[in-house]
Amino acid sequence: MNDGNKLKKITKDLWLILRFPLISIAAGFFIGAVLILIAGKNPLIAYIALFQGSFGGVDKIGETLFKMTPILMTGLSFSIAFRTGLFNIGGEGQFLAGAITAIIAGWYFQSLPHLLLVIIMFILAILAGAAWASIAGVLKAKMGIHEVITTIMLNYTALYLVNYIVRAVMNPQILLGTKAEAHTVSLPDAARLTKLKDVFEIFGRSSVHTGIFIAVGCAVFMYILLFRTTLGYELRSGGLSPDAAEYGGVKKSRNIIMAMGISGAVAGLAGAVNVMGITYYVAQSSTTPGYGFDGIAVGLVGGLHPIGIIASSFLFGILSNGARKMQLEGIPKEVIAIIQGVIIVFIASQYIIKIIYKKRKENEIKKEKIIPEKSKEEEVR
Amino acid sequence: MPCVVEMNNISKVFPGIIANDKVNFQLKKGEIHVLLGENGAGKTTLMNILYGLYQPTSGEIYIGGKEVIIKDPNVAIQHGIGMVHQHFMLIKPFTVAENIILGNEPVMHNGMKLDMKKAIKNVENISNDFGLKVDPMAKIQDLSVGIQQRVEILKALYRGADILILDEPTAVLTPQEIEELGIIIRKLADEGKSIILITHKLKEVMSMSDRVTVIRRGKIIDTIDTKAIKTDDLAEMMVGRKVKMEVDKQEKTPGEVIFSVEKLKVRDNRGLEAVKDVSFNVRAGEVLAVAGVDGNGQTELVEAITGLRDIESGQVQLDGLDLSKLSTKEIIESGVGHIPEDRHRRGLVLGNSLAENMILGYHYTEPFSKNGFMKYDKIHEHAQVLIKEYDVRTPDENVKAGSLSGGNQQKAIIAREMYKNPRLLIAAQPTRGLDVGAIEFVHKKIIESRDNNQAVLLVSLELDEVMSLADRIAVIYDGRIVDTIDAKKATEKQLGILMAGGKHKETRDMNSEVMGHE
Repeated sequence: MNDGNKLKKITKDLWLILRFPLISIAAGFFIGAVLILIAGKNPLIAYIALFQGSFGGVDKIGETLFKMTPILMTGLSFSIAFRTGLFNIGGEGQFLAGAITAIIAGWYFQSLPHLLLVIIMFILAILAGAAWASIAGVLKAKMGIHEVITTIMLNYTALYLVNYIVRAVMNPQILLGTKAEAHTVSLPDAARLTKLKDVFEIFGRSSVHTGIFIAVGCAVFMYILLFRTTLGYELRSGGLSPDAAEYGGVKKSRNIIMAMGISGAVAGLAGAVNVMGITYYVAQSSTTPGYGFDGIAVGLVGGLHPIGIIASSFLFGILSNGARKMQLEGIPKEVIAIIQGVIIVFIASQYIIKIIYKKRKENEIKKEKIIPEKSKEEEVR
Repeated sequence: MPCVVEMNNISKVFPGIIANDKVNFQLKKGEIHVLLGENGAGKTTLMNILYGLYQPTSGEIYIGGKEVIIKDPNVAIQHGIGMVHQHFMLIKPFTVAENIILGNEPVMHNGMKLDMKKAIKNVENISNDFGLKVDPMAKIQDLSVGIQQRVEILKALYRGADILILDEPTAVLTPQEIEELGIIIRKLADEGKSIILITHKLKEVMSMSDRVTVIRRGKIIDTIDTKAIKTDDLAEMMVGRKVKMEVDKQEKTPGEVIFSVEKLKVRDNRGLEAVKDVSFNVRAGEVLAVAGVDGNGQTELVEAITGLRDIESGQVQLDGLDLSKLSTKEIIESGVGHIPEDRHRRGLVLGNSLAENMILGYHYTEPFSKNGFMKYDKIHEHAQVLIKEYDVRTPDENVKAGSLSGGNQQKAIIAREMYKNPRLLIAAQPTRGLDVGAIEFVHKKIIESRDNNQAVLLVSLELDEVMSLADRIAVIYDGRIVDTIDAKKATEKQLGILMAGGKHKETRDMNSEVMGHE
């Protein structure tokens, strides 16, 4: 194959991968525009505002990157498990486990220097997320209990456990003797991630922090893990065809435990990054933070591929960041939620689009009557 | 004799492929006409067009001399066409009568109530008319496959079919049942029904048909009187080149026993005993075939040996090593090659590339994996070599395994398993769904493995295959090895009886007392 053909093939492959997400995104924006029209506003103004809000300057882009950071990581977390044939919707719980562990580690190791402290916090948060997810992994591997059920239950368990820790263990009242708060003690400066605006003035008032590099690093890690390592080969094979993997000597139970562990580790790290990058404490809450659930959408829209997930998390970042600017133009920010919803619905119903494509292709070929060499294919039957 | 069906210049184009290319096909009244071709030749497509499941891209169809457009199966049924699919379309918990009348139910009280009495009467009438005995009150799930097929035929007749299309009707039957089917369709033809048999098995063409139409790569090669042609010539027409129907197998004195199974007990998915006290052994340089009708414990037996299913009790030994407690990985490492019966579910990860599939089972060993990382250049090199050596027809090694044809998928699996140079090769239904050319190849490779002094355990439902490849034949019925016989002395009839659970004469006398107590 010469270079020209190779390039052509790559472009074609890329298009095959990208067409459904692109169609879905277009559909999302189109339906959003219709709704804005119905609300009596100009969709053009709305969308200009949206993109100005998320692209109009380095500070705006910085804010978009900030919004993207946690969902990129939870998107990766979800996708690793999904590629192995597991539906880990426990990202919420694993995120919380990582977040509260970071607080605990940040408090007890606060005398350590910045770099060492941060690394220790990361490692402990990774272990906490992995351990939390492994409960579901082991239950599935050893007893066949479905991971959807256990991870949902573990989300609530994590939420209330964290609330307990916030009130009774890591509360400023207990640790510092000040008055009781509805949140934990704050992380010391040494435990916080650097804001990019503190290094580069150009980032203005945006909140983007070094966590974005960690998130992108996770995407690289996932790519290498899945497509370059033997473990990744086994995980992918097990996800695509559990019986064939088993035939090839891959242990189902080991695959499940490994995949859940790695998935939980990334979600746990996401929790730590979020706490160390922006919130600095964990607050008592009646609901889970939502990043884990967003990760499901980000992962699916991104085609479960690390590069796709970077793109989809960036898109979701654009939408949530631009929403404020749109609101200033008098357009309800709920439109953004609708656009997101439509995109997800379309991605989920890829199947329908695929059928339309197939039909059209069939018609085209009818007209052209191409006779290719290879004739014996499943389609004939 | 008048033609009841005439298909003129039928073409059918699918994305990227022409399934039927200007096909002409005539069916005479009262004849049994075989449509012969390899898998993917386009025979089922042609019949699906006749039955209204597909629309032809171009061409005309005449039924009884009148041009018709068959836009769906209902139109086909109105024109007296009935089709019996390879996979039966029956509702298992329903009775025979309920299944037959479904979609065309006799009713009473102005359509308010199903007239079951009349339904049963109708079914009885029709089964008497054509000599197809069935109990209308029996539930489908309690019937044998042969009888279920009879119900399918009755279903078509009940809807007034004069033209019957049978798609690969013998694939699921025992030799005796095939014989019965032959008698049934001959009787139907004598009654004036016209019958089309779709098949790729030459033996059936010769024994059952009046005329045969050969189709290859979507084109009609010829239509001939069955009497006027020999099997070998038919095979050549079907494949497009000379094929050897006989397997070249030299006499060979087998070596010592290297693989043995002792009193093996295995349970199936429902927890019932599927393999009951099975014992056998295989010697180096020998093919032991386990013959039997589908569902008599073969699947569970192979899964147990390869570590894919828990063993209840008993021993499995290879070169003195007990495999019964080992994992699949350890069993592979101890020298077992396995061509699984379900290549889609077990044999290949269809969504992975061909190259990635060609290392499955030894993907973690050097040179394909080093320090936990995959060496993709080595993996691709390995695949390229095997593709060439085993003549796997594929654009390259990067295509998804699922995009290959069945024959090429099987070649890829065989290449992968033979590369290991196993001590024991287990081949489970190795030619299921393959065409003549591919079957020839698989058989050659199995004999090669035997000649390399490997022990070969062949599990097959195809009697011809068993008889031509095996050195010894162990017949399995209801989870037990009924008898083990020398392949040279075995006859089809004898095997057929054993496969149906009948005892071999000598052994029957010996075991009669034991049997009496059970």
